[in-house]
Amino acid sequence: MSQFLSALSEHAFLQTALLAGLLASIGCGVIGTFVVVKRIAFMAGGIAHSVLGGMGAALYYGFDPLLGALFAAILSALLIGTVRLFWKMQEDTLIGALWAIGMAIGILFIAKTPGYAADLMSFLFGNILLVPTRELWFMAGLDLVLMLTVALFYRQFLAVIFDEEFARLRGVPVAFFYLLLLCLVAVTVVLLIQVVGLILVIALLTLPAAIAGHYVHSLGGMMVIATLLGGLFTSLGLGLSYGPDLPAGPTMILLAGGVYVLSALLSRFLTWRGALRQATQT
Amino acid sequence: MFAHTLPPSPFDHREKASAIPPAAERPEAPVILVRDLSFSYGDALVLEQVNLSIAPGEFVGLVGPNAGGKSTLLKLILGLLAPQTGQIRVLGQPPRQAARRIGYVPQFPSFPRDFPISVEQAVAMGRLGIGPMLGWHRAADRDAARRALEEVEALDLARRRIGTLSGGQLQRVLLARALAGEAEILILDEPTANIDQRVESDIFDLLAVLNRRLTILLVSHDIAFISDYVSRVACLNRTLLYHGTDAVNAETIQQLYGGHVRLVAHRH
Ligand SMILES: Nc1ncnc2c1ncn2[C@@H]1O[C@H](COP(=O)(O)OP(=O)(O)O)[C@@H](O)[C@H]1O
Ligand SMILES: [Mg+2]
Repeated sequence: MSQFLSALSEHAFLQTALLAGLLASIGCGVIGTFVVVKRIAFMAGGIAHSVLGGMGAALYYGFDPLLGALFAAILSALLIGTVRLFWKMQEDTLIGALWAIGMAIGILFIAKTPGYAADLMSFLFGNILLVPTRELWFMAGLDLVLMLTVALFYRQFLAVIFDEEFARLRGVPVAFFYLLLLCLVAVTVVLLIQVVGLILVIALLTLPAAIAGHYVHSLGGMMVIATLLGGLFTSLGLGLSYGPDLPAGPTMILLAGGVYVLSALLSRFLTWRGALRQATQT
Repeated sequence: MFAHTLPPSPFDHREKASAIPPAAERPEAPVILVRDLSFSYGDALVLEQVNLSIAPGEFVGLVGPNAGGKSTLLKLILGLLAPQTGQIRVLGQPPRQAARRIGYVPQFPSFPRDFPISVEQAVAMGRLGIGPMLGWHRAADRDAARRALEEVEALDLARRRIGTLSGGQLQRVLLARALAGEAEILILDEPTANIDQRVESDIFDLLAVLNRRLTILLVSHDIAFISDYVSRVACLNRTLLYHGTDAVNAETIQQLYGGHVRLVAHRH
């Protein structure tokens, strides 16, 4: 860790990596909270994995893979959202199919692109050390879009997440905001893919918000705590992995996963003790 | 204690509703009008040729056996479902346009109980569709939410998390959410199904007060209990079997439930 801190001041790529982690944690805190509370982690997983199709195609045709990822993520968010809203039958099977189809398309494209192996690995598991500086601007732009959209339509998002039926009665265009929410999830997935890769995205999207949910009981509070936790996990994961030369993404996820398990046990214990105390008092 | 710190009530303009004369001498257009309505979810007809007219200021109790179509009829009136045949008018408008003028208390809370939200925020949700669309919760909405909570005698719950409420408290809060949106009609679907009888009478006393300025349509399975409160009872079992203004009698109940249900009298 001390090795990392001294290296941090020397190497620009480490500073970029740290910043990338922090930028990603804004998305993971704000949108991750929505995903956890609305219980759409499976949909988010579907969106994240089908993104490989877009990345592979972009690579094959010579575009920026991130643009391909963004395009594929939005497309798959709209497809999954439409299925959930209007089809309703076998929603989970259809999401699973989309999940697999996207990945299969991506792997075919990548196999036909020269020099694919290294790219495939960094798409799947991320490589925060290879984030180019100009991509920080792209990430910051996505963060800005996320925060602006959520701030402008906070009440509508809250209503759709809390109680769709009631929101519809109050004249909120529920389908529109539901799809918009999934598009924000798509944008966040693209943000996080930079950092931990598409396989591990779902963990970074849900774990910080879920930990926050153990202790705070307001949506805004969860967003703030989850953002801080996301920043902590990415920075700490980066620092811990640097010395022993471990891949950064899995280190971050192990950290987040470990804290989540401990926190779940702790909050379980606290609830149990609270109930016990109440029972002995009465 | 909050009364003088809050701006004037948004309900004030509706105070004149209490001046409406009794039903018999009222020539006005009905608040809810259902004509020749039929509805099915798939093959089986849930509602058949339903006709119902509710005048301003009425308190109508809708009773009937389980799966008789009561909740379905309410959802059609609210515009959550569209009728296959027949016509519905609410305050002279198609249901979807009038929905914002109705306060709705659902049979089952349609949100997870562990949702991280305070009572006040949940009630403020009833203000959606009023005022500008963009932005965060406004002070005016918060004040309206607090006034609605005060009206249902639940202001002390404002800061509580929704998941910590008892069944009776939750019903009051859902009622406050329905009131916060400046409702002209209240529609309640078995609001007292899961709470004990003392609390049930409290809530009905509250509804009786609200009925002075609001038209109320309420679903209940407990025909004897509500007949003490409502101005009229309608009985629904696929068709509307009975909607007279007389008191409910044993014969109606026999007709409705097929004689399997005894009439249990509640006297409080
Ligand atoms: N969403 C739905 N899809 C299919 N059938 C439904 C749905 N909701 C209700 N039903 C059916 O419609 C009938 C009437 O239901 P409902 O209106 O809930 O009755 P009640 O409120 O009087 O108990 C029941 O047979 C029920 O199974
Ligand atoms: Mg029902």
